[in-house]
Amino acid sequence: MANMAQAIRMALHYGEAHLGVKDIFGQDVGAPLGGAFTATQGLKTTWNSPLDERGIIGMAMGIAMTGERCVAEIQFCDYIFNTIDLLKIAGNTLWVTNGQYPMPLVVMTPVGAGIRGSIYHSHSFDAWASRLPGWKVVMPSTPHDAYGLLISAIKDPNPVLFLIPKALMRVRGEELIPGEPREEKELKSMVDAPIGDRSKWKPRWPELQDLAIPIGQAQITRPGEQITVVSYGRHLLVCNQIADDLRSDGISVEVIDLRTIYPYDWQTVKASIQKTGRAIFVNEDTEVTNFGEHLAYRATQELFYELMARPLVIAGKNVPGIGLHPNLEDASIPQKHEIETAIRAVVAETP
Amino acid sequence: MQVQVSRAKNSKKISSRVNKKKSVGVKKATGSKKNLFSGLPKELLLHMHDLMVKSRVLEERLIKIYKAGDAFFWIGAPGEEAWGVPLGLLTKKGQGPKYDYLHLHYRGTPTLVAMGMPMIDSIRLIMNRSTDPSTGGRNFSNHYCYPQWNVAPVSSPIEVQYGMALGTAHVQKRHKSQALTVVTGGDAGTAEGDFATCLVWASRRGQELPMLITVQNNGWGISTAFEGQHGETEIADRARAFNIRSRVINGNDPVETYLALQEEMAAIRKTGKPSFIEARLSRLYGHSSASGANFVGGELDCVREFEKKLLTSGYLKESQAKKIWEAYEKEGFEAQQQVRTEPGPSSESIWDHVYADNENADWRKF
Repeated sequence: MANMAQAIRMALHYGEAHLGVKDIFGQDVGAPLGGAFTATQGLKTTWNSPLDERGIIGMAMGIAMTGERCVAEIQFCDYIFNTIDLLKIAGNTLWVTNGQYPMPLVVMTPVGAGIRGSIYHSHSFDAWASRLPGWKVVMPSTPHDAYGLLISAIKDPNPVLFLIPKALMRVRGEELIPGEPREEKELKSMVDAPIGDRSKWKPRWPELQDLAIPIGQAQITRPGEQITVVSYGRHLLVCNQIADDLRSDGISVEVIDLRTIYPYDWQTVKASIQKTGRAIFVNEDTEVTNFGEHLAYRATQELFYELMARPLVIAGKNVPGIGLHPNLEDASIPQKHEIETAIRAVVAETP
Repeated sequence: MQVQVSRAKNSKKISSRVNKKKSVGVKKATGSKKNLFSGLPKELLLHMHDLMVKSRVLEERLIKIYKAGDAFFWIGAPGEEAWGVPLGLLTKKGQGPKYDYLHLHYRGTPTLVAMGMPMIDSIRLIMNRSTDPSTGGRNFSNHYCYPQWNVAPVSSPIEVQYGMALGTAHVQKRHKSQALTVVTGGDAGTAEGDFATCLVWASRRGQELPMLITVQNNGWGISTAFEGQHGETEIADRARAFNIRSRVINGNDPVETYLALQEEMAAIRKTGKPSFIEARLSRLYGHSSASGANFVGGELDCVREFEKKLLTSGYLKESQAKKIWEAYEKEGFEAQQQVRTEPGPSSESIWDHVYADNENADWRKF
């Protein structure tokens, strides 16, 4: 089974080979490094840009204006903030030109904590991204979904932000990507660059197949009856684990992987909350004006009389950054025990 | 009043800088008609004059529209006709990477007029009508967008176009079509990082981009004079540091501008490498309606100056010139009356084009 870095690499290869992608670029994206997380190793159309995030986004927008497809990378989302106005423009160009200038581009960037990355390698971007109208925003939690969502992002005629939970880059999934060999070692020998001299190395790509995971479609990863937990990215896996643990205590948790932050799959979320009467929204971006608050607001507005308990948002603490020491990071980011305690409390709550 | 005086003083300084640079890249005019216009044919000169008048009349019409309460805001290009008209005429016009891309800022009227934009379309834009072909009533005056001519949408944040221009030039380089990308902007905007981005990315050795990078130096950044914003002697010096072909021209002279643009565009098409032009020119009605949109004395008026030369040379008669001005005045006035009758965009249309193919973007309907 591929890990997420390999899955992204294979999706980009599929994009080059079948979807007309002609430029995959950013800082250290091309040879020899092939990306800070190796997600762009061995690809044909990669190239290294100057260390200039505004240039990267501007270049991507210009390429998109010609109608050609590109995937640009900001090495860590912590460094995307100086491009916010360009992201705004990329999101409003089609609208302000009254439909005349589409902006079909993909920007991918690693997000979140979990690698002891300190203040500038731990930021989240999902809440910020949700305030960029005109963009679609996706965030996979498995290699399989990363592959399918990235292919959908490349096909999409709109700007798409592909947020990568960096702590999951080396995590392997449970579902085969269509075309990938079953054996981990075999895949590694085919698509991972060797350590050391890579100048003569070329990947042997598997016969990869198309996999469309539609943007805007959530997935129920754990069916349950008593409470709905909506998450995405790294914390989705934590929520899955909690749901598995609580089953033995007789608590039935339905977990939804939102996968797309915007335009999000409200119908799946709504149907689940109508069934369980309880909802918790979990992510690691900071808690004030968090995207989970929007979902909680909507649940309250539309499902108020069907709720058995107050909807809850569990998110990162509203502090300026993630400190390097584990005590600091763990106190800033939602932890498993904290989520589990909250689930037990909400399940126990009665109107 | 103090602002006006200060503007006049500044314009003298700019004008003197222009004069010092007059010889850059252009043959000195001498006595004969031919030499007076550096060998440009009469037909072209009269055509440029016609378009410059048209652009000026249009801009003055836009200001009248604003002052009559028919528009919320005006920003535009009176004073930039001698620069913008030759640019529009020399652009390889069409859609797609085989043609030139234009990343203009909000003083592009002369260029668009020269490319064939009808006056009424600019009026539809300032009067935010649904018939406005650039934005459908969604954006300010001079925020043009003509995909059929590769004119990228103009946006209000200054200098962002310098980064986006890299992308169209990058694709043109791949297509090897001898087409190029033009980017324009003001002098004050060069303080933004996007200007440096453009110079760095366009000039990387072996990866040079076919771009004409330009700055229209009118000596002002809204209300702050050039001297308060710059330490460099010439903005073109910054491009020279990146080994980019660079020159400073008198952007108030359409002949010098035409020849300089022609030469630089030819060089870019031949080599695939960037060129840089700093055009010194005037700003005749201030920054925008935010600064009053009143005529500013003391700045050279390129349209009147060029017309004077054409009259002196005998290429143009007073009666012909008068007719040209009057015809465009009439066209502008009638266009305004026409646009007054045209509808604005509907309230329901706010959700149109958030996403391509009008895919729903309203979360209430997810």
